[in-house]
Amino acid sequence: MKSSVITFPGSNCDRDMDVALKKFGFNNKMVWHNDNELPKSDLVVLPGGFSYGDYLRCGSVASKSKIMNSVINFANSGGLVMGICNGFQILVETGLVPGVLLRNKYLEFICKNVFVKVDNKNNPYFKNLDKEILELHIAHNEGNYFCTDDQLKEIEDNNQIAIYYSNENGQTDDKDNPNGSTKNIAGIFNKQKNVLGMMPHPERMIDKCLSGDDGSLFFKNLFKNIK
Amino acid sequence: MKVSAIITLKKDVLDPQGKVIHQTLDDMGFKNIDEVRQGKYFEIDVKENDPSKAKVIVEDMCKKLLANLVIENYKIIETQ
Repeated sequence: MKSSVITFPGSNCDRDMDVALKKFGFNNKMVWHNDNELPKSDLVVLPGGFSYGDYLRCGSVASKSKIMNSVINFANSGGLVMGICNGFQILVETGLVPGVLLRNKYLEFICKNVFVKVDNKNNPYFKNLDKEILELHIAHNEGNYFCTDDQLKEIEDNNQIAIYYSNENGQTDDKDNPNGSTKNIAGIFNKQKNVLGMMPHPERMIDKCLSGDDGSLFFKNLFKNIK
Repeated sequence: MKVSAIITLKKDVLDPQGKVIHQTLDDMGFKNIDEVRQGKYFEIDVKENDPSKAKVIVEDMCKKLLANLVIENYKIIETQ
C-alpha cells in the first residue's frame, strides 16, 4: 500500500505521520508542496503544523499550492485523502470538505488528550474498527468547527460527521467540547467519504510507552481496509 | 491603481477576539459600545488603470483567496 505525505513550508507533523504510516505497513513517500504530480498513492495525507505561518487564514495559502491541484483531482476521482489538524484546515479551504475552522472559543491554544466518539463506520477509515471511543491528542489554536445551518443539515443528512469530541463513555456534552465546535464535531467527511478531515492527531498515539495506543488501532485498521 | 478591500465576519459567526476587545474597551471606560467585530483590511496596488476593471480583479481575489465566504463578507471600499 502506497501513501504520500505532503510537506508544506511550516508543516511539523509530516515526519511523525511518515513514522506512523511506515510502522503500520505503508510504503510512504514524502512529497514537496511545490511538486506538480503526486506519486502513485492509495492514500494522501495532509499533515499537521503551521503551513505558511497560518498567514491570512490557517491553511488558506497551502490550499493554493501547486501539489494541491493533483490532490484535489485525486480526491475527486475517489482517492483517499486525509487531513490532520492543519491538514484539516487546508481541506476546508480547498472546499473538499464543508465548513471552516475558527479560532478556539476561549482563545487558548489547546494541547491535551481528548476522547472522540466514532460515529460513522461506513467508510474506508473506520470500517471494522474495534472501538467506538478513541483517546487521541489535539494541539491547535483554530479547531472550532463551524458551518452554516444549511451545511449542517446537509452534513447530517449525508452522515458526514466522522468523529465527535466526547467523554470516555462516548457522551457528547458541551463540557466535553474543548474548542466550541458546532455539535462537538472533531472530524468530517466529504459526501463520498473518501476525504476525511479531523483535528485530533492519531500519529501521536502509536506508542503505549510514550502516549497511548489508540492511534495504532486507527492506522492498523486503515491499512487493512485499504488492502 | 490602488484598490482596498475590507473583510468582515458574517453576522452569526462568533468573534471571540471582538468580544475581548469590547470587554477591554468597556473596562477602560468606553461604556457606550454595543458590539465590536474584528476584520481585515487589504490595500492592493493593481496593475490596471481602469477603476472598474481593477475593482473586478480585486473582487475575484476576495472570492478566491482573501475571504472565506462561508464565514466572511468582503467589501471593496475605495479606489484611488
